[in-house]
Amino acid sequence: MTEIVKSSRPRLGGIAQTLRAGLILTARERRDLLISVLLFAAAAMVPLITEGYVLQLAISIAMYAALATSWLLFSGPTNYIALSTAAFFGIGMYTVAGGIDDYPYPLLIAAAGVAGAVLAAIVGLATLRVSGVYFVIFSLGLAELVRQIMTWLQHVLGTMSGLYVTIDRSEPEYYWQLLILTAAVFMVGWWIGRSRLGFALRIIGNDELVAVHCGINTARAKVVLFVVSSTFASIAGAVVAPRWGYVEPVVAFSPSLSFQAVIMALLGGTHRLWGPLLGVIPFVLLWELISIAFPNQTTLLLGVCFLLIVYVIPNGLLGLIERAVNRDSRPGQSTPGALQRALGFSTGSLRNLLQRGKSKNV
Amino acid sequence: MSDGSSASALTAADVTKRFGGLVAVDCMSFELPEKRVLGLIGPNGSGKTTMMNLISGALRPSSGEIKLYGEAISGIGASRVANKGVARTFQLVRMLPAMTVLENVMAGGVFGHARRWGDELEDYARTLLRRVGLAAAGNAAVSSLTYIDQKRLELARALASDPKVLLLDEWLAGLTHGELKIGIALIEQLRAEGCTIIIVEHVMHAIRSLCDRCIVMSSGAKIAEGTPAEVLADQGVVRAYLGDTNA
Repeated sequence: MTEIVKSSRPRLGGIAQTLRAGLILTARERRDLLISVLLFAAAAMVPLITEGYVLQLAISIAMYAALATSWLLFSGPTNYIALSTAAFFGIGMYTVAGGIDDYPYPLLIAAAGVAGAVLAAIVGLATLRVSGVYFVIFSLGLAELVRQIMTWLQHVLGTMSGLYVTIDRSEPEYYWQLLILTAAVFMVGWWIGRSRLGFALRIIGNDELVAVHCGINTARAKVVLFVVSSTFASIAGAVVAPRWGYVEPVVAFSPSLSFQAVIMALLGGTHRLWGPLLGVIPFVLLWELISIAFPNQTTLLLGVCFLLIVYVIPNGLLGLIERAVNRDSRPGQSTPGALQRALGFSTGSLRNLLQRGKSKNV
Repeated sequence: MSDGSSASALTAADVTKRFGGLVAVDCMSFELPEKRVLGLIGPNGSGKTTMMNLISGALRPSSGEIKLYGEAISGIGASRVANKGVARTFQLVRMLPAMTVLENVMAGGVFGHARRWGDELEDYARTLLRRVGLAAAGNAAVSSLTYIDQKRLELARALASDPKVLLLDEWLAGLTHGELKIGIALIEQLRAEGCTIIIVEHVMHAIRSLCDRCIVMSSGAKIAEGTPAEVLADQGVVRAYLGDTNA
């Protein structure tokens, strides 16, 4: 895993510059900051020039940009693949849905963040000891567990199967809220990337045992990042809850949301903070086409996309672009992708396995 | 021990580690004065690496206590032991594969005993790379390093936290004859600079030239202690290595 923050690797002093804390920005960082601000400003203009279907797509892109990038904050450096996005997204939705009749909407968004953070802290403390495939399975199970609890609660409380969220917000407002959220994710991610915490997480992602003996409280570092990442997912759920209008467990805690966030991040590339963004835009568009053309096979096709990305472009579109730009093959480019490292195998080893299997069959 | 005037950096008192019915380390007690090099030797499976894991906090002793400058460090967890000032290398080299050589060294210097950051950290890491003979490799990927260079890098990472006690677990193992000379010279240099070191080693001439004191372990227990010359002449030690018939 190379640094999450922008790299200035070719220059000798690059690492110190990336790591330097405080507000002293290098020329390169100032340039990147300026580009980011301009891009966000341009993105903010979208509702002014278009509406209807295109704006709906833009809202989708903004939402998944926030989800996939916040997913990356934790899973990128640590290689812990979390499939729990939907659990926190759903918590956020339900916080808003449950309180919208009594409390102001902005307060509920903050409350959703707190609820997500608390759940993430509890879950993180209990589970971040397990790693690799165990954590992947657990995080997937978490969303299902929370969904079942919600269904049961609603049953006990005697309400209907869902809750209505009715407040008056226009589509551009949702879009801008999500865009602000995405910008917040980026700022927090950038800050973490140049902090000691970010460095600690990269060490953990490389070798957890070494991290421990370097003096890193690995449990605390992982929990903190899991909380940060999950808080953003909860806020995203809270922001879009009124737009969906009706919140029920099956929709709010849908596992395909977790998978989509992961797939988009992997498609874009997980070794830069802005990597997922490269995956979100094409995938949302592709998904739109798939949902229209094959409305009954979406889950199947989601799985196919997942496998294709993991095996064909393990380092994402970002990896492809970097290889194209930087032909003189830099070390580290042949490293396996995030998921493969998380699960402890590489495409090479899988290919060997398949070939061995074939020759045995013959 | 040999010099009563210097402070004791590390003490182990009746340290025992059981894995189920197996006693891997049996009532080990010793004292390591500061600025001394202690060798931990013994046949395979005698509990040396377990002892290192107990000191570095990777394992918790079943009973007994380990103290660093009078402060108990057994049972507080590996990361806090590192914070207190114990740094280690691993029996099988462990690199941070997706980080550069320089970053690998920096990793040791941020969260451990000495905490540096920013330019200060990078400058210090470069100093250490020069010291272990890797000055030119800073921006390279670790996968491009030879075996001895990986060993050097691991040493630099351990030194980056300015440890009070350095644990080298078979740091010389697997080196060629030429590399061994370089490796021994490096540790000799550290010793001359006043590092407090515990080494687990099978290379006997390294033990002879590097260690002030030696402890010989067999089946988890201490069977001899003294200068390298003394313990290597001990009949019990020879028996432990070679068996009764050869003694």
